[in-house]
Amino acid sequence: MTALLAPVSMEKGLTLRAFLRKGGGVLGLVMLSFIVSIAVFAPWIAPYDPYEIVEATTSDVLAPPSAAHLLGQDDTGKDVLSSVIYGARISLIVGFSAALIVVVVGTIVGMVSGYAGGWVDMVLMRITDAILVVPTLPLMLVIITVAGRGITNIILVIGFLSWTYAARVVRSQVLSVKERQFVMRARAIGVGHLRIMTVHILPQVIPVIFAEGILDISYAILSEATLSFLGLGDPTLISWGSILNRAFLRGAVTRGAWWFLIPPGLALAWVTLSLNFIGNALQELINPRLQTHHLFDERKIVVMNGFLGGAAAAAPTPQPLASDMGEGR
Amino acid sequence: MQRLDYFIRKAAFSILTALGVLIFNFLLFRIIPGDPVSMIVSPRMRPETRERIRHQYGLDKPIWFDSGAVRETGSLLAGFDSQFFLYFRNLAQGNLGESFRQHRPVAELMGNRLGPTVVLILVGELTGIILGIILGLLAAWKRKTAIDTVATTIGLAAWALPPFWFGILLLILARGKLPMGGFITPGAIYSNPFEQLQDMASHVILPATTLAVLLFGSYMLIVRNSSLEVMAEDYILTAKAKGLSSARILRDHVLKNASLPLVTIIAMDLGIALAGTIQIETIFSWPGLGRLMFDSIAQRDYPVLQGVFLLLAVGVIGANFLADLTYVALDPRVKA
Amino acid sequence: MPLLEVQDLTVEYHTDEGRFRAVEDLSFSLEPKKTLGIVGESGCGKTTAMLALLRLLPEMGRIVGGQVLFDSVDLLRLSTAEIARYRWSRISIIFQGAMNALNPVRSVGSQIAEAILLHEVVPPNEAKQEVFRLLDLVGITEQRASQYPHQYSGGMRQRAMIAMALACHPQVVIADEPSTALDVMIQAQIMDLLQKIQKELGLSIIVVTHDLGLVAELCDDVLVMYGGRMAEVGSTEDIYNHAQHPYTRRLLEAFPDIENPRAELASIPGYPPPLNNLPPGCRFQPRCLVAQDICSLKTPPTLSVGSGHRVGCVRAAEMESRSA
Repeated sequence: MTALLAPVSMEKGLTLRAFLRKGGGVLGLVMLSFIVSIAVFAPWIAPYDPYEIVEATTSDVLAPPSAAHLLGQDDTGKDVLSSVIYGARISLIVGFSAALIVVVVGTIVGMVSGYAGGWVDMVLMRITDAILVVPTLPLMLVIITVAGRGITNIILVIGFLSWTYAARVVRSQVLSVKERQFVMRARAIGVGHLRIMTVHILPQVIPVIFAEGILDISYAILSEATLSFLGLGDPTLISWGSILNRAFLRGAVTRGAWWFLIPPGLALAWVTLSLNFIGNALQELINPRLQTHHLFDERKIVVMNGFLGGAAAAAPTPQPLASDMGEGR
Repeated sequence: MQRLDYFIRKAAFSILTALGVLIFNFLLFRIIPGDPVSMIVSPRMRPETRERIRHQYGLDKPIWFDSGAVRETGSLLAGFDSQFFLYFRNLAQGNLGESFRQHRPVAELMGNRLGPTVVLILVGELTGIILGIILGLLAAWKRKTAIDTVATTIGLAAWALPPFWFGILLLILARGKLPMGGFITPGAIYSNPFEQLQDMASHVILPATTLAVLLFGSYMLIVRNSSLEVMAEDYILTAKAKGLSSARILRDHVLKNASLPLVTIIAMDLGIALAGTIQIETIFSWPGLGRLMFDSIAQRDYPVLQGVFLLLAVGVIGANFLADLTYVALDPRVKA
Repeated sequence: MPLLEVQDLTVEYHTDEGRFRAVEDLSFSLEPKKTLGIVGESGCGKTTAMLALLRLLPEMGRIVGGQVLFDSVDLLRLSTAEIARYRWSRISIIFQGAMNALNPVRSVGSQIAEAILLHEVVPPNEAKQEVFRLLDLVGITEQRASQYPHQYSGGMRQRAMIAMALACHPQVVIADEPSTALDVMIQAQIMDLLQKIQKELGLSIIVVTHDLGLVAELCDDVLVMYGGRMAEVGSTEDIYNHAQHPYTRRLLEAFPDIENPRAELASIPGYPPPLNNLPPGCRFQPRCLVAQDICSLKTPPTLSVGSGHRVGCVRAAEMESRSA
């Protein structure tokens, strides 16, 4: 019965054309490109250098937006807009680097686990589950406190604590590919394990890990922002989280300094949203949802003239309908 | 029999993981470059306190096993007088060290903060779950219409908002209308319990909303996806053939089936809920464990940091175990 | 006075890959207390036609023409709320493949009770008793009512579906491939059950199947479908002994004859037509051995060759009747 509901039109697989048909994905891509450009061209776009020390007067402290400072000034008189622009660099660098670790480690663990099976799989998955279960932020906080603040530490900590979900995703994909014809045949001819993994299975895994990786970048950016906000960011670098940390601690809320508080968060939301849109579109391409279900509006079923469904009659079929043949009853 | 098997496996996993966390915590704060002792004893403590703690934790003793003591006394049991085993003995006695800042036992400090955190998480989760179910079902039912697109976009957006920023946003918007932080109005006197409840409600509403928004995105998406699958099943067509209206089918056949995967997701997202709670408590000055953790980092109060970490980690492990049991209890197909 | 009268029912599927005409100009009637068998190969439109009767088509289905008169009321013109009242209480349906037709997280009994409570005003206790009675009718013990579908065997689930289909005392029960996917022993059980129920309750039954033996045993009348159109309709006796449509005759030939077990089984070469690329004229023409030129040009007329016996073939009147 459900066969009647099977997706009839499915652009199978991950092609650029298929992706471009997804409105959400394209929007996300545009949004992401915008932010990435800002990060890349920061030195040319930012009106001031936020790393420079500024001599400020009292009127400069937490000053609202003005012509010279489009987003106002922070608690030390520095230009907020420039800080936000430069902040993009750190957030994106951390995001992409940590996500790279996640993808590499996750793929290796997932592939080994899924392909080997048996107790190797069991042990690896138990370890993965154990890491998954422990709450990530408290763990990160504790490790960074002991290991010290610094951008490398942050990237490593985020990367090596976030690969677990990716490993699971890769593993399920490997499990389903493993049973497919072409893999069985390769094994039957005696192709070596490593070759099977790299040449046969890996190509099937790549789309899945790519989609997952996009979401991991988003997660890593948020993690870095959270760590910085809570005071464990790199003290020598400006990131959106660290801007908000200072804003919050220096009483921007009570002073109502919205120009200090809103832009960094907005930028964060912009990036994560764009990545989520892209990631979601990719997920839909890889795992297309059934296009229909049973609880639609019934009225569209009946389309005869003048009745419930529609006014238009059905399009004529190629053959003449009962026009000249006598219908004997 | 299968259920007992499942129970034992999950229990063993939880216990082993918790043990792993305890050992990890031990290692992290002892086996690091620099002076590990400074993580447990602070020069600012009174000498008597420092002595007491040194003794309790055996900070001058070997880390793993005291073979010297074994040779001296000739008893194997003496060997267990090492930092590692003393650590576990202290844990068993509920001794988590003493706070650098407040000169009180860590366990006591945490006990005071547990209540508010639980309240915040409960209210936030419940709201998020209800919102997620309602919007998820609605989006799936009205698939391919504007309602679906809007709801899904809101869900994706909610997921993308950093909770610490969203909380700040709410604070800015609610200035003057709602309390800016805290659990209850300090020094307030109430004429009746209802007033007290009202006061607490006005304080919890912003933090809980922030938490609910953080969570409902992922809940809504999972409910929508599983509802879509459920609504395409044969038994939904049977229900339709019986003459049930769409609304009734949603309530009596789709709701329960589509919500089952949600239990798993709630458990999986506990880490996220906790991360959100830490940030939310910080922003709203909510006197809970999250705020305690934040303060302890800022003040370099390592015993407290360790203590809160342990409690949160073990708590989440336990909650996950409970969620696994709940899922099995709810789904009749996993019986027998 | 026929209980159910279908006239010129035409159903299409509108998908991204084009329009498929699954049923065209289908007409038949069902008398009270009679059994009608609808036979044809897979994909000939039988299930689609049945779903259309109660407007249970999937989202891409479109009923583009015809009438479904039940007690003189055209079901196709009713509002959604009105037809919901007819569903199950007047006409019920037992779907093909009962594997997933029951909600796995609710007890079987509660799902049967749900049907009862929806259409009749009875206290829950009475409904419960009625559930037991229905299950008993199909040979399932009371204790099973509170069990879940996965605890039933395949045959039991099918029987439970039958019990549920009878819950509101309908006048018509449609059984879509009631015994496919079940083993032969269970098939026989189900068939006996249907016969017994029909006698006891005086229902009209429509059995959709590709099993000619089943039809011969159970049905009073037979409708043969091919390519979405009616090929032939008549009493069982007429169809089995005096078939006129070339397709019907080939079908019967393909059926093993107990009196001549060694005779070679004739199969019909070729395949049923794809629904989005229907041959012009008669649908069966590409595989028909007695086709004429006109068959590929014009839709065959429906000719009456006897009382209640109609054939959709140009050569109907010419054919000599043959003994089976």
